[in-house]
Amino acid sequence: MANFFLDNKDLQYQLSHPLMRKIVELKEKGFEDKDKYDYAPADFEDAMDSYRRVLEIMGGICGDVIAVNAEGVDHEGPKVENDRVIYAPGTQQNIDAIVKAGLMGITLPRKYEGLNFPLVAFVMTNEMVARGDMGFENIWGLQDCAETLNEFASEEIKQEYLTRVSQGETCAMDLTEPDAGSDLQSVMLKAHWDEEKQTWLLNGVKRFITNGDGEISLVLARSEEGTKDARGLSMFVYDKRSGATKVRRIENKMGIKGSPTCELVFTNAPAKLVGDRKMGLIKYVMSLMNAARLGIGAQAVGLSEAAYREALKYAHEREQFGKPIIEFPAVFEMLSNMKAKLQGSRALLYETTRFVEIYKDYTHWSHDRKLEPAERAEMKEYNKLADAFTPLQKLITSEYCNQMAYDAMQILGGSGYMKDYPVERLYRDARITNIYEGTSQLQVVAAIRHVTTGTYAAKLKQYEDEALYPADLESVFKQMVELREDYEACVERVTAGDAEQIDFHARRLVEMAGHIIITHLLLRQAADAEDYRTSAQVYAKIAVAKCKEAKTYIFNSCCGDIDLFKAVINENVENL
Amino acid sequence: MSKPLKIVVLAKQVPDTRNVGKDAMKADGTVNRAALPAIFNPEDLNALEQALILKDMREGSTVQVLTMGPPRAADILRDAMFRGADGGILLTDRKFAGADTLATSYALSRALVKIQPDIIVAGRQAIDGDTAQVGPQVAEKLGIPQVTYAEEIVSLSDDNKEIIIKRRLDHGIEIVSSPLPLVVTVNGSAPECRPQHAKRVMKYKNARTPSELQEADNDYLNSLCACKEYLNIQEWSVADVDADDNQLGLAGSPTKVKQIENVVFQAKEAKRLTAADADINELMVELIASHTLG
Repeated sequence: MANFFLDNKDLQYQLSHPLMRKIVELKEKGFEDKDKYDYAPADFEDAMDSYRRVLEIMGGICGDVIAVNAEGVDHEGPKVENDRVIYAPGTQQNIDAIVKAGLMGITLPRKYEGLNFPLVAFVMTNEMVARGDMGFENIWGLQDCAETLNEFASEEIKQEYLTRVSQGETCAMDLTEPDAGSDLQSVMLKAHWDEEKQTWLLNGVKRFITNGDGEISLVLARSEEGTKDARGLSMFVYDKRSGATKVRRIENKMGIKGSPTCELVFTNAPAKLVGDRKMGLIKYVMSLMNAARLGIGAQAVGLSEAAYREALKYAHEREQFGKPIIEFPAVFEMLSNMKAKLQGSRALLYETTRFVEIYKDYTHWSHDRKLEPAERAEMKEYNKLADAFTPLQKLITSEYCNQMAYDAMQILGGSGYMKDYPVERLYRDARITNIYEGTSQLQVVAAIRHVTTGTYAAKLKQYEDEALYPADLESVFKQMVELREDYEACVERVTAGDAEQIDFHARRLVEMAGHIIITHLLLRQAADAEDYRTSAQVYAKIAVAKCKEAKTYIFNSCCGDIDLFKAVINENVENL
Repeated sequence: MSKPLKIVVLAKQVPDTRNVGKDAMKADGTVNRAALPAIFNPEDLNALEQALILKDMREGSTVQVLTMGPPRAADILRDAMFRGADGGILLTDRKFAGADTLATSYALSRALVKIQPDIIVAGRQAIDGDTAQVGPQVAEKLGIPQVTYAEEIVSLSDDNKEIIIKRRLDHGIEIVSSPLPLVVTVNGSAPECRPQHAKRVMKYKNARTPSELQEADNDYLNSLCACKEYLNIQEWSVADVDADDNQLGLAGSPTKVKQIENVVFQAKEAKRLTAADADINELMVELIASHTLG
């Protein structure tokens, strides 16, 4: 009887953040549903009580069903029969349990039979699911597609598709093609309007599509004949019941084995246009991607949680040289760092989620009525923070989740390398998090703008102004002020160079900002709850060490340095 | 169109005896209820699932859960509502206390006479008493048929006159037919109960019995329950079910506990032997080897 919500105090803590009041009020629009739906909340406390209760149900399913099925799903995986995906039996059981508990459509409005929960609660479910089985989180988390429809599609499409998601149908986002991965403007799958049938028809191939045989797919396709760039792409919604796609194969992956990664062939597949033509990539995919990046952050934190728990348990149980290995400095240091990274990742994930949430809620409001000037300004501010923090958290949580899996295996030693323990699966599953939905390198590309324009620095100064930390940890707080000054000095030095220079040091700068932000977040939490004192101090040590290292690197590098690294371009593998 | 059914599930709140710790028993040999969490008796959840399946088969049907117990037993009624039951009735009165299976079944049968259900579904037995008597006794008191060890409702005739049920027995399965009304007791091997449903949890989380409302003394809850009928869990006393005091509680219980002792259960598993010589020989060898014999 495991419950991944009730057994996780850190997760529960994130639900009690002061901004939740604002979030609930925005999401519930003055609690307008309270007399229309018997399950709608009447006020803030009522809503929070409902979130906790429902997260508890999800926590139970994650602990008792999804986590239990994970090993079997990893072994069996899905298969393709008659051009369709058949899930591993455990995957199907997971879906059935979630549907029976009425959890699908968790963020969708009640008029589409959803629960109208805030993004914060959805991200929490993502995290708990991933802790149980990271691969399955993809299937659960693809509800993001419905959110995108809710934001941009016509009422007719929403009525038809969103209700089905709430009733339990799964989604897919069909973006990648054999020749269009990170570079989505090269998408070639063709959409043309058929006068006779009065519908758009899709033709072409999609590749690496997670849950590609899901009931409802969002498809990025080239609707403007003769175009070659992003401006020729539109977004479509395709219904599997049309029977016009075939799953050609599913990939044999290193990890997340339960999540079917499909190659799909579309043949005259009827589809409906979502929103406006030509806005597919420019607007809708960007929104979808940002949501998905938050989803990966949640996956990464969930996996980190699982890795930390496995490692901690083993380190207590395993005895060598007459004592539990956790008593050796090499091991307790590793575990303390793991805990600080886990809590730091989570703090960053939910800080980001709150920013995204408030911005999105204002966007929904703005569809119904004109926003007041103050509201517009706030929406703009949160939009900027959401844009800055989303790639930052994706970068950091996913890199940390790899480190956590690595360290967990190191603590389990030879045993961890065997398939007898889940750590081996965690290690394989973790590896994709800093690859898909944009590699770490691409997160840096998205984040660097906020280094050069000062978004991170401004936010850091705001944290400093608010000065939330336990009185006796003032020295740690002051260290962060110094680090921020170091960071700004680094930014100034790097931005004095050309664009290539900025690109070369971009990751160092983005990570510096990340480390300082995380330490502030943990200090703020420590001011409020004893539990975070240790992690705040441990993380501060990581932050200082990493930032000093980056600063040293940046200040030791001259413009000519880049050529050292460019030399490799001329190296040919055949002439080594 | 077939008529909707009125279904009642008999359920019991029990101490969780499945994971007993060292302080599960008191020094005097009685159960330390404070150390054990109170849970929905597991096989009653299997029974609830069968009732909900029947409800799904017949549009408009209702499932009421009936339990006898102290005020806190309302917890399992809410749990049942979260999973799909339409409502609950708590039989609670000091006069019910101390009942053995005979007095319990009498009390339940009085409530059932008042409700007049088409089908009564109960778990095979409760994990605290392990008697498996209450369901059958209720059927006897009501003078209606009983199908015990049920695993699946196979079908129900369109006129609601005949029900076909699969029973799980020691040596196999049995398919039986019965007229309605009847009592069905459900085995733990039947499908697990569906989980709590998110929307139902949000809808029914404030459901309360009159005594809980009185205890809480909370204006918000009072006004909520006053305007939403479905939030009111019924509470029936002895007077409400028109029962004879002499057949209730301790007075109505011929079972008297003389002594309780702690025993350590040693058998690891049950073994079934045939009467063939080879099996008997093998048993003898085993018993001699373990010094049980000779």
